[in-house]
Amino acid sequence: MKRFLPWIILAFAVVLIAPSWMPPKTAKDDFDFSNFGEIPVLVGGRVKPLDTVARNSLLIIHGKQELRLEDGKRLSAMQWLTDVLFNAPVADQYPVFVVQNSDVLGLFGWQQSDRKYFSFAEFAPFLKQIDEQAAQSDKLEAVQRSAYQSAILNLRNGLSLYQRLKNSIQPEGAQNFAAELHQFESAVPGAAKAARERAMGEDFDKAKLDDVAQMIQRYERLSEMAYVLAVPPFERNGEWHSVGDSLLRSVATGEIHPIVAEDALIGDAYRADDRMLFNQHAQLITDWFGKEQPNTTKRASFEFLFNRLQPFSQSMTLYVLAFLLACASWLGSSTLLRQSAFYILLLALAIHTFGLVSRMYLQERPPVTNLYSSAIFIGWGAVIVALILERIFRDGIGAACAGAIGFVTLIIAHHLAGSGDTLEMLQAVLDTNIWLATHVVAITTGYSAMFLAGMLAIIYVVRGVFTTSLKKQTADSLARMTYGVVCFATLFSFVGTVLGGIWADQSWGRFWGWDPKENGAVLIVLWCAIILHARWGGFIRQRGLMIMALFGNIVTSFSWFGVNMLGVGLHSYGFMQKAFPWLVGFMISQLALMAVAAMPLDRWRSFQTARVPSPGERPQISPAPSAG
Amino acid sequence: MLHKLVDLITSLKLTIVCLAAGMALIFAGTLAQVHLGIHEAQQRYFQSMFVWWPPEGHGFRIPIFPGGHLIGAVLLINLIAAHVKRFRWTWRKLGIHLTHAGLIIMLAGALFTDLFAVESHMRLSHGDTKNFSEDMRDTELAVIDTSGDDLDQVTAIPDTVLRHNRVIDHWSLPFRIVVRNFYQNSRLKMLSQTGEGTRPIANQGPGAMIAVEPVARATAPDERDVPSAAIEILPKDGGSLGTWLVSDALGAPQTFACGGRTWMVTLRPARYYKPYSVTLQKFTHEKYAGTEIPKNFSSKVTLIDPERSVDRDVLIYMNHPLRYRGETFYQAGFQPDDSATILQVVHNPSFIAPYVACVIVAAGLLVQFGFHLVGFSRQRRRAIA
Repeated sequence: MKRFLPWIILAFAVVLIAPSWMPPKTAKDDFDFSNFGEIPVLVGGRVKPLDTVARNSLLIIHGKQELRLEDGKRLSAMQWLTDVLFNAPVADQYPVFVVQNSDVLGLFGWQQSDRKYFSFAEFAPFLKQIDEQAAQSDKLEAVQRSAYQSAILNLRNGLSLYQRLKNSIQPEGAQNFAAELHQFESAVPGAAKAARERAMGEDFDKAKLDDVAQMIQRYERLSEMAYVLAVPPFERNGEWHSVGDSLLRSVATGEIHPIVAEDALIGDAYRADDRMLFNQHAQLITDWFGKEQPNTTKRASFEFLFNRLQPFSQSMTLYVLAFLLACASWLGSSTLLRQSAFYILLLALAIHTFGLVSRMYLQERPPVTNLYSSAIFIGWGAVIVALILERIFRDGIGAACAGAIGFVTLIIAHHLAGSGDTLEMLQAVLDTNIWLATHVVAITTGYSAMFLAGMLAIIYVVRGVFTTSLKKQTADSLARMTYGVVCFATLFSFVGTVLGGIWADQSWGRFWGWDPKENGAVLIVLWCAIILHARWGGFIRQRGLMIMALFGNIVTSFSWFGVNMLGVGLHSYGFMQKAFPWLVGFMISQLALMAVAAMPLDRWRSFQTARVPSPGERPQISPAPSAG
Repeated sequence: MLHKLVDLITSLKLTIVCLAAGMALIFAGTLAQVHLGIHEAQQRYFQSMFVWWPPEGHGFRIPIFPGGHLIGAVLLINLIAAHVKRFRWTWRKLGIHLTHAGLIIMLAGALFTDLFAVESHMRLSHGDTKNFSEDMRDTELAVIDTSGDDLDQVTAIPDTVLRHNRVIDHWSLPFRIVVRNFYQNSRLKMLSQTGEGTRPIANQGPGAMIAVEPVARATAPDERDVPSAAIEILPKDGGSLGTWLVSDALGAPQTFACGGRTWMVTLRPARYYKPYSVTLQKFTHEKYAGTEIPKNFSSKVTLIDPERSVDRDVLIYMNHPLRYRGETFYQAGFQPDDSATILQVVHNPSFIAPYVACVIVAAGLLVQFGFHLVGFSRQRRRAIA
């Protein structure tokens, strides 16, 4: 019976995540938000489903992908967005905007309380004031802004995004928009005739012209405000337009785009609470896209699925589970628990890989294009190498590392996603798949290996100092793994750094410019070189290697995040002030571990009890090749 | 004694000390960029023998840390010396030898680049033709004899000379130039817009109506200093033609007559003339639909080189530079209203070194770690068996 334990645990894990893989069921008499959310639109230069727009907008404004109302009712991002698009007076009352800065609240004469979410209606009287304050801080560079200035700017950006969303599909507050469009369509030919007559100097019907002129003004405002380009082109490589834009074009063609008309009907049906009609017209739009734009539609519905599955948060759960099992395996009934951890890690890795590959498919890019995707990739790479180690050494250490690094990197990615679309379009200079696939992948693989080496060292120190479980054999394996991983890191960091130089030579005209990100990369290479030479020269042994690998964590985190916080240089994409305390905290924790590791060996619990010659005194296991 | 010195120079300890010092220097230099800007920090930390404190001369200054050139040079000597002393050919050491040979090429290439590479800019509006590029930082005082029938005779005086020499006496000029004031970075204002009490530093030409204000040196990567100077023209046969304001911020050159010829004088970015010319046909700046994110920049130019009978159109765009006669043209920037393109022009005779070095080092590391891996797996197989 015991033999089956790993399979039972795996089955339990599958049951844990299975619900999210089941297709959602919408009751027949309810609004079909998933069908509506699958409709492709163009935002930020990329065609994506409306669901992505909803999630990203809510993330920017609210900090979450879901909205909880004061009465405890939960709204999905799509439910919220549908209200914003079609029923602004209701949406205006939702407490979505996050404000935690007391100075910003003080600006409106509000005292700070435990409430941190506010509605648009509450800010409505202060819009002008917010705009003025934000304009002042907009003049500063991100690094120079105070907490208040960043907060007010965030609030302004959130409010402006919200107002643009409200005017994306129909003018805010339109009641019977389908009828209005109908009237517009029938009035246009008469007005065009009147305009021609006026141009020729003949008598013309002024009333007809004025009616349409008023509407045109209304649609011009709409086209200026629009955030979403919802109207697709008829031909393959044509341009997308906003609803307002498309209506202005209708003046010339005399015809209203079918999508505009359908969207209007959907809005009217939503306000009238007519679920049947809403679902029927949403279906008509999806059918139209399926027929006219099959490729776009396929990609958008895949993205919709991807949004719903949230593969990275599923992997995150599994990684934690695997980490705990691996640690438990060091305490007792080791083989079974270790195997369970291994199986669960394979499952987590499969889902992680699915997420990574999906993103590559959606973006048509190599895996790493921004800070967010670098976190996903670093975790993925480290998990694979750690699993290979686990396969070779079979002692739970690789599994524990895989679980810990997988979990931590995905958590980091989760927090990096707050700025909106993580599949954003690339700046011109980055628009080259060759370099993204070589330089960026090599560098991030180097980061993975450095963090893995650091994690191995953490296990060595924690198990050695605080438990009695670090036997001689385990210690030796750990040292060998760490050494191998550092070699791996050296290779990839070096190649990645030089490829980066060559890319810079191709695009900026210099191989090396002492840009902070370049310096960060070379710091890793130098640190690897120091570790290897120190070992080859016999200046360090096991414990020294571990202390240096711990410092490698600091160097790598500086290179990955620290340099971006300086706000200088050509690579300074993704500035994040919020991460600063975390980074410093991480560095301090590593320094503390280094100090712990530097304690005399008779204070290490493992070596007290074992009474074997301490690892620092023993000759090396593998013959150290001498270096030049 | 000599023995000890050789031991020191070839020691692995020295390698590690150099690498560690390199890390400390790069870390400090990177942080310093926040306040100094990339260029200034680069000069002080990386392209110097020592890092000095205090940085600007207050009478005395002391070296507080080895600079990039010193560390690099010691590392290079250490690397070469260690290999010369200990070189013994074995297959087992192939990886190590390859890696270090590649590193020598890379370090030497970097040193070469530092010494001989010249970076400059070429700014072209639509239809412009230029046969020179301009330095991004250095300026020159150009004194142009316009009396020739079809050729102007240009005497260019670098700004470093202006800064240090009070009197400039050149055989090609029938006058001496006395530098009265020199500002590395300045702002010009019309006298009518400044308050009472400001006085011009020149008494001839438009400079007589302009006040010059010294400002701190530019640190941002896209800013450049605006140097200004007041120069007095003293004909060699006696007398004075007055004091003139020359500045990078003044557009057109100023004209005066001396020795029966007409002269133009202007302070402008230092120029590098080329035996060929480049004409901008079209600059394109694409953005992603509905965003301000740039999708692509490209400049279509015509390259004309009578010497080599070249006359062709070239498209220069992101990650696709034009390489011609030892120089490389990159799409570097553009005027905010898209009316002009800015090409970066780089002359770097050792640009190929990193490409070669990268391949050699990567091969070396692969061989070296491959040996480890094979050895390791053999050991394990034996252990299991």
